[in-house]
Amino acid sequence: MSSPPDAVPRELSPGRRAMLRLVRRRGAMLGLAIVLFFIAIALFAPLIAPYDPVQTSWTAVRKAPSAAYWFGTDEIGRDVLSRVIWGARASLMAGLVSVCISMAMGVPIGLLAGYMGGWVDGLISRFTDAMLAVPFLILAIALAAFLGPSLTNAMVAIGVSAMPVFIRLTRAQVLSVKVEDYVEAARAVGNPHWRIALRHILPNTLPPLIVQATLTIATAIIAEASLSFLGLGQQPPAPSWGSMLNTAKDYVDNAPWMAIWPGLSIFLLVLSFNLLGDGLRDALDPRHK
Amino acid sequence: MGNTKRQFLLKRLAAIVPTIFFVTLIIFGLQQLLPGDPAVVLAGEDQDPTVIAYLHKKMHLDEPLPMRYAYWVGGVLKGDLGDSLRIQQPVSALIAQKLPVTIELAALAMLIALAIGIPAGIVSAVAKNTAWDYAANLFALWGLSTPNFWLGILMIMLFSVSLGWLPASGYVSPFEDLKANLAAMIMPAFVLGNAIAAVLMRHTRSAMLQVLNADYVRTARAKGLDERSVILKHALRNALTPIITLGALEFGTLLSGAVLTEQVFSIPGFGKLIVDAVFNRDYAVVQGVVLFTASVYIVLNLLADLAYFYVNPRLRG
Amino acid sequence: MRTFSLFRRSLFQRSWFKRSLFQRLGTVLVLAATLCAAGAHAQTLRIGLAEDPDVLDPTLARSFVGRIVFASLCDKLFDIDEKLNIVPQLATSYQWTPDNKGLILKLRSGVTFHDGEKFDAAAVKFNIERHKNLPGSNRRGELSPVTTVDVIDPLTVRINLSAPFAPLLSVLADRAGMMVSPKAAQANPGTFGNNPVCSGPFRFTERVAQDHIALSRYANYWNKDAIHFDKIIFVPIPDGTVRLANLRSGQLDLIERVAPSDIAGLKSDDRFKIARTTEIGYEGITINLGKSDLAQKNPLGRDPRVREAFELSLDRQGIVQVAMDGEADPGNQWVSPSNPYYAKNVPIPQRNIARAKALLKEAGVTNPTFTLMTPTTSDAQRTAQVVQAMAKEAGFNVKILSTEFATSLTLADQGQFDAYVLNWSGRADPDGNLFSFYGCKQPLNYSGYCKPELDDLLNHSRSALDPAERQKYFNQIAALTVQDRPIVYLFHRHWLWAYNKKLTGLRVVPDGLIRVQGLKM
Repeated sequence: MSSPPDAVPRELSPGRRAMLRLVRRRGAMLGLAIVLFFIAIALFAPLIAPYDPVQTSWTAVRKAPSAAYWFGTDEIGRDVLSRVIWGARASLMAGLVSVCISMAMGVPIGLLAGYMGGWVDGLISRFTDAMLAVPFLILAIALAAFLGPSLTNAMVAIGVSAMPVFIRLTRAQVLSVKVEDYVEAARAVGNPHWRIALRHILPNTLPPLIVQATLTIATAIIAEASLSFLGLGQQPPAPSWGSMLNTAKDYVDNAPWMAIWPGLSIFLLVLSFNLLGDGLRDALDPRHK
Repeated sequence: MGNTKRQFLLKRLAAIVPTIFFVTLIIFGLQQLLPGDPAVVLAGEDQDPTVIAYLHKKMHLDEPLPMRYAYWVGGVLKGDLGDSLRIQQPVSALIAQKLPVTIELAALAMLIALAIGIPAGIVSAVAKNTAWDYAANLFALWGLSTPNFWLGILMIMLFSVSLGWLPASGYVSPFEDLKANLAAMIMPAFVLGNAIAAVLMRHTRSAMLQVLNADYVRTARAKGLDERSVILKHALRNALTPIITLGALEFGTLLSGAVLTEQVFSIPGFGKLIVDAVFNRDYAVVQGVVLFTASVYIVLNLLADLAYFYVNPRLRG
Repeated sequence: MRTFSLFRRSLFQRSWFKRSLFQRLGTVLVLAATLCAAGAHAQTLRIGLAEDPDVLDPTLARSFVGRIVFASLCDKLFDIDEKLNIVPQLATSYQWTPDNKGLILKLRSGVTFHDGEKFDAAAVKFNIERHKNLPGSNRRGELSPVTTVDVIDPLTVRINLSAPFAPLLSVLADRAGMMVSPKAAQANPGTFGNNPVCSGPFRFTERVAQDHIALSRYANYWNKDAIHFDKIIFVPIPDGTVRLANLRSGQLDLIERVAPSDIAGLKSDDRFKIARTTEIGYEGITINLGKSDLAQKNPLGRDPRVREAFELSLDRQGIVQVAMDGEADPGNQWVSPSNPYYAKNVPIPQRNIARAKALLKEAGVTNPTFTLMTPTTSDAQRTAQVVQAMAKEAGFNVKILSTEFATSLTLADQGQFDAYVLNWSGRADPDGNLFSFYGCKQPLNYSGYCKPELDDLLNHSRSALDPAERQKYFNQIAALTVQDRPIVYLFHRHWLWAYNKKLTGLRVVPDGLIRVQGLKM
């Protein structure tokens, strides 16, 4: 019987084995590279952007890409390249912060549901089912409208709307980990419940959560673009790829560069998070344990 | 029928009631949270104070929140979902009008998703870690990574304006003109189906991977069956189970994605109806339509669970 | 085709044999003629609208876009022409009573509603009373000075007023003058809008919300020679790019509200023509100077010199050029400079940064900050961003607060704003752009501006019937309000229509509506 093609030495710890498997998947590495690229762009935006992203110019309205403006200009004369570079901040933040909010709320609730069981679990599960039944974007729109249009509020709205997935996933993981031997042992020794939950159960539920997090970052970035498309996200004149697309849709005919670059950026960033997530999932696959 | 099966069925059915109750709370709560006075919005340009007062009374806006919830739920239990105050039509009539459109769009999107996702998943699993794997991955992921409103606009510019092959927007009933109907629906269905194709691809791939390494497949290979037969007859049949149940669950994604797609392509389905009603503060429409779609989703979920339960012998009694 | 089938049914109900040969021949001939006519004229006009209309009941309707549908569906007592003059439609002539507190209308004879009922003075009385009394009616404010309606004879009616009211004629040239069939309105009081029965050139066939509204030709229209289409289909497509794409791909024949940035591309496409005219409405910035105590907290609301400095920092021509691609007329009053009632004593000020800075210094304010509440429509967003950039040069720190339209209305109502970018669709009579906005405590007076002498002037301008006399009052109102600047008017946009070049006879009227009489393809 031959071992699977991507076998790694069994002497290394499970964590290191997972890392090695991840590194071997080229798609995931490409994804990681692109994500790091965008993070770098976002961090060094003040240094690399050729123009001030909110600087208007009445004479350079909707100019095609040229030597002066590599990506062209938008409807009130701002440089599209600079706005795309600065917009990376908004999109990355939208992705990362939303998911942090989702996990910060969803994981503890899921942990509670899975660990306590009984009517607590029943209540939480039914409520989660209900949240999942309401279309995600509708939830996000209503929450964003309630909180007021701004990037921060959009992130909160997306974070709360994406929470049910993490509740469900954490709960499912907790249920399967709960019956493992080491948890039984910890209980037998007399550990208080909170200690068992936090020190023994939670760390072992993390792998699928991390995978889900990368995938949800992708969804969150698109959700921010969607909310901005509807006028509920980043406010002018601050740039975000979604609001740039929103404005650009009126000019697809006569100034297509306004839509191409932000759209392409969203696509690349989301694609890379998806590739990374897929790679992580393969690497952390329990079959290989 | 075994005892466990009946128990399971009853338990699942009983769980629907509190879930739908929570759905009503969520939808009602969200509507009330929306800032602004709905009467002011629905009063239109002229903002006549008598009209605003009249709308306040009609929408029970001066009464406490629990009372308004009771009015609405009371109506729903009697079968009355309220009226759209913007165009003065009953919500149930609007749902009836738009249900066929949404169903058709959802069905076409699912077909496209299945046609793209499953083959891509099979190829990806069978040719794991090769160029085919990456290509299939990329192809299916492309759908998930592109904002559907952007893709929609680009497709309209290409296929409708530049090439003139397909209509830019609008909807024609299939009973009136099937060809025109399909021509109008193909682009939005593709835009919607793309995202689901990616999810289906991933699940097909992991299900196929699991199954391809399983014992009975190795047995089939050892028996000397050709690879194609192994994949199609043995592996796929077993991998399909979770995939099919997943299909039912993707209805929720479809509805979310449809919101913007319908906006761009001007398809008169639920998504557009809900979004416009949210911005117009037409409470009854949002509440009624979302309650309807949420209930359908919950029922589909239940059916998917039951199907999985029945099909998977290990879970049966 | 529906009229034909109705016609056929009523004929054949009576036994063929009971009628004379002459009658039978006549029936055959008429049938043949109808068949020929129906075959030759099977023309449909497809119009793209920028929004989905609300309820199709003239009494309850509350949106601009609904009026476009009404133009084909419901005739009114009067109409307006390209120069904003009152022209007859269902009423053929008018005369004020000697004390100016009554308007006597002579009605057109031979007009019927879509259900066959006769249009007469009793119908006018019914309709005006419906506009005034139906719960939820949006016409009450417009008709507030109307007290009673008297039927003098079947074709003459007198509308009685509590005080002379010059704008009455233009009010009757809008939804308040639309006449619906009393029989149909009484049969379906709550649901009339689902199946409206009026007396316009087209009758209601069907409506699928947010998808389309279908109308078919009314055979007994009094002006049927001017109608050259059998069906009209209105298709609401809110996205401007998609609406234009539909025109380009041939699915629509005519679209309204073309985006200014699309005009250049259309000009070079010789399959289509463009029509434009200046609107009767305006785009302006309403400033909170008394609606709530926020007004006192902000220098913009507190000090008229700061408001003057703000206005002087703006280059209206520049705003029009950049934000509207030149498709608007700069303006500084509630009517455009080309309107006959424009107050020539208050011309558009030129941009003057030096003076703006001096005024701010005089007022003792450095770098004043205020929030500009802006609806999420693309026009408003662009305008706000240009205003923000221009005002910055005089030292203003403008924060744009993009607010969803529904929320912005409530906030404006409560006075929870500093400045608000607001667009008004406009009314034919200047009073429609003035009274509700400047009158003390009027519903659209978001700035909270209240001056007794202004209310006096407004009332005088309404009750004087002589245009020259009214102009004097408008001039005084302009001179008075320019000192306080409750509203900084920016521009009057151009209505832009694009249509298939085979379509002829399109009239460009400043109210932005599409009139089907005379349209041919």
